Amino acid sequence: MPALGADMEAGTLVEWLVKPGDRVNSGDVIAVVETQKGAIEVEVFQTGVLSDILVPVGERVPVGTVLAQIDGAERATPAPAAEPVITPPPIVAPRKTPPLRAVVAPRVGRLKVTPAARRRAAALNVDIATIVTGSGVEGSIRLADVESAGAAPVRAAAKRGLDLSQMRKAIAAAMSRSKREIPHYYLTETVDLSAASTWIERFNVDKPPVERILPAVLFLKAAALALREQLRLNGAYENDAFVPSSNIHVGWAISLRGGGLIAPAIRDADKKSLAELMGAMRDLVERARRGNLRSSELTSPTVTVTNVGDRGAESVTGIIYPPQVSIVGFGRVVARPWVVDGRIESRPLVTVTLAADHRATDGHIGGLYLAAVARLLQEPEKL
Amino acid sequence: MTSKVHLDHAHLLHLLKAMIRIRRFEAKCVELYQAQEILGFLHLYDGEEAVSVGVIEALTPQDAIIATYREHGQALARGVDPGCLMAEMMGKLNGCCRGRGGSMHFFDRSHRFYGGNAIVGGGLPLALGVALADKMQGRSSVTACFFGEGAVDEGEFHETLNLAKLWRLPILFVCENNRYSMGMAVERAEADIDFVHKASGYRIAGEKVDGMDVVAVESAAKNAVDRVRSDSEPYFLECQTYRFRAHSMFDAQLYRSKDEVEEWRKKGPILRFRTWLEANRLIKAEELSTIEEAVEKEIAAAVAFAAAGGLEPVSEIDRFVTMEAIPS
Amino acid sequence: MSAPQTNPTATRITYREACKQALREALLADSRVFLMGEDIGRYGGCYAVTKGLLKEFGEERIRDTPLSESAFVGAGVGAAMAGMRPIVEIMTVNFSLLALDQILNNAVTIPHMSGGQFAIPLVIRMATGGGRRVAAQHSRSLEGWYAHIPGLRILTPATVEDARFMLKGALADPNPVIIFEHVMLYNMESDLSSDVTEVDIARAMTHRPGRDVSLITYGGSLSKALQAADALAADGIEAEVIDLRVLRPLDTKAILESVSKTRRCVIIDEGWRSGSISAEIGMRIVEEAFFELDAPLRRVCSREVPIPYAAHLEDACLPQTATIVAAARELVRPT
Repeated sequence: MPALGADMEAGTLVEWLVKPGDRVNSGDVIAVVETQKGAIEVEVFQTGVLSDILVPVGERVPVGTVLAQIDGAERATPAPAAEPVITPPPIVAPRKTPPLRAVVAPRVGRLKVTPAARRRAAALNVDIATIVTGSGVEGSIRLADVESAGAAPVRAAAKRGLDLSQMRKAIAAAMSRSKREIPHYYLTETVDLSAASTWIERFNVDKPPVERILPAVLFLKAAALALREQLRLNGAYENDAFVPSSNIHVGWAISLRGGGLIAPAIRDADKKSLAELMGAMRDLVERARRGNLRSSELTSPTVTVTNVGDRGAESVTGIIYPPQVSIVGFGRVVARPWVVDGRIESRPLVTVTLAADHRATDGHIGGLYLAAVARLLQEPEKL
Repeated sequence: MTSKVHLDHAHLLHLLKAMIRIRRFEAKCVELYQAQEILGFLHLYDGEEAVSVGVIEALTPQDAIIATYREHGQALARGVDPGCLMAEMMGKLNGCCRGRGGSMHFFDRSHRFYGGNAIVGGGLPLALGVALADKMQGRSSVTACFFGEGAVDEGEFHETLNLAKLWRLPILFVCENNRYSMGMAVERAEADIDFVHKASGYRIAGEKVDGMDVVAVESAAKNAVDRVRSDSEPYFLECQTYRFRAHSMFDAQLYRSKDEVEEWRKKGPILRFRTWLEANRLIKAEELSTIEEAVEKEIAAAVAFAAAGGLEPVSEIDRFVTMEAIPS
Repeated sequence: MSAPQTNPTATRITYREACKQALREALLADSRVFLMGEDIGRYGGCYAVTKGLLKEFGEERIRDTPLSESAFVGAGVGAAMAGMRPIVEIMTVNFSLLALDQILNNAVTIPHMSGGQFAIPLVIRMATGGGRRVAAQHSRSLEGWYAHIPGLRILTPATVEDARFMLKGALADPNPVIIFEHVMLYNMESDLSSDVTEVDIARAMTHRPGRDVSLITYGGSLSKALQAADALAADGIEAEVIDLRVLRPLDTKAILESVSKTRRCVIIDEGWRSGSISAEIGMRIVEEAFFELDAPLRRVCSREVPIPYAAHLEDACLPQTATIVAAARELVRPT
């Protein structure tokens, strides 16, 4: 059972897409598991013949459980863990604060469910196995957990799909952990988008709707490219140490209808063209809203970018999604007076906010990063 | 000291019959025990009959009795129906305690029989309370409290004698000294084997009496009971006796010799009394056989009564764990 | 516990005085009632409960006894069998062990064993509990032991009102009743309304309603549980406080109703944990309200050691408000 998020402890196997004897190739989707974030496809990173299925459909197992056996497995590509990493500089600052307890301790073995919760679950037809985070003693699932699960409107839907109440819980857990553990610092930069706006208009003018790009794509690309200059904002802070990543996989925040938020990865965003990025964004939004994301897309982001869009607020100050160390927020594009060459002009402006983990970087790095974003957005044709 | 006992012919035959009744009753119990109609412990009074018969002869129906787990003799001498007692032995609903008490726990409220008690010494404090209640309620009753010499070693004996004297309670303490507390010989258990002397340590008057002589016991008991009643003071009677049989049923009697038992058997209370009656021409052969036949019939009737009795329904098992009212 | 002074006819008295008034009322009401115990007469009672009664009722009915617990408790049993209504005071529960033979082998056994021929309408009062810095032998809480015994009624008056009126109910019971008076309560003062003239001796009492967690307790721990409930309330946790009042027969219904409402329960028992009345209560909850539970059961009991003399050690042994609060909070808001 792959870990699909920092706060995931277990998942329920809902569908096997292969059977014993089938040949599987690295990258194949072989199964679907239900998590608090919805049904997620499980990819394999090995090639071989699936010899045995160890976890039957319907069973809930903790993260780390072997789901199936693949014989003659040969790794087609380096495992994610084997990806080259930049050796982090030694961290010298002593840490007096003891590591905070994880939001939820790994749960092994049998689920702890209180008797009252179990009975209510039967009455409400709630599958207890889908409740990942118990709020009771020793992480037990108690009455309130079942009742909130039972109250979720999507319960009636098929097993595959997003469970918004569970997602709410997952967001709550992740965000609470972030605010408890991560010392955030915030930097803001207002960027003149005249050049970018003009360039987009020109780019889109003769394109069919499907090929047109949105300002968000420019933001995404600029944010990704700027990270190349400040890789200490890109990576994971785990086990009391920051591990930077040389790959820039941007988690693109997508809000879901009915509430809920998910940030699947656009891999190597810095290397993709604007058109590719636009396509990737559309694909992700569509699949996220269907509840049909791949496991690797949820685990791989090295940074998150959030863009509030036309209907959002002027600026957005994000909360870092652990174990990432930064989140870049783009506000709504607004027309405001702007001083140009000593004169006041009306200009389209966007407020870019960086929230970063002070354990990994200081404000100086953050400032350089925002300056880079602003600079890149002035030359949209180079993006 | 025997002046108060009316040794008329009928009374003498009555004493003999009372002792024979106890002896026959217990002989039947042994038979039924071996046939597994009677279970559990069975402590026989064989050899000690003169004590209960003699003492209880001195009591009135208003007087109270506290006994021990070896209390078949006291219950029969008191006049409790042998059928009820046999039924109790056999665990029947028509037993005196509905079959709940068995051999060691005969109770009979109507005879002021406050129970056999299987805790050595456990009955002594009860005697204090019964006597106190009688005294406080203005009754002139005497409480006869039977216990073996082994109970003298319990703290409850000493607490009770002290309090009985202190509060001047009308209790006749009857120490049935059969020389063995189970297998422990009296000489091996007591620093001082003079029990009357021990009682005198609490300034309680007392005397020793030959517990194998029913007339002597009755005579001593009558004097003692009169004294207790008139003075409202406790009195101590040590009855020297002997148990012919095992402590209970399963007892190899390694602690005493067969010769010793045989010697005491020669002094057995029934044998001795009957021999004395015959020697003094106070009983005719046909009178003896009439008594024996009558007792046999009584015992046969008792067994028939017991055998005919039903068993208490298990559904009633919780009854009287707590009482709903005080029986009147 | 202390009712607000809304009743103009309420009088403020101590628990000790309430016990005494109860005894006096009983002696006046029934000539069969008499008292026995160590130093209850001239001395006035070890805890001064019987002070003055000798003068009013005389030596016949206020009987000082020698230090012979087995004899005078057994005398109580015998007197009850023979028509009296004795009230026996055992100075403290530890001394009651010397009379255990009479209580267990006679008082509770004879009614059943005699096939219902004899009732034992005997009341035994004794002081119980720790907190007075009198070391192990005088700081026992053995009421849970006694609650093990069929045939007994075990009362644990925790309030002035119960101290005043439980005796009346006990004397009306045709069975042996033991009243455990916690030593720390004798000086407690409370208003006693003139409207109340009796209390029932069968039911538990809800001293404070609440919906989040049940604090089930009795005797000397009641005030600690109520203080704990105050502290929890400041935290937004509504604790329901149940005073059992009767440890045998237990008011199981009240326990189950409360736990079925709050779904969480802390049992506070000054007895030792192993084989305690708290264990019995917990087991009944599990047997009969298992599916109502939304958290594990918790207990706050005395530490399983002989209670030491030194104040800090004794305090560490006994249930305390803070430990009750912590146990309840953990059930409601796990960290």
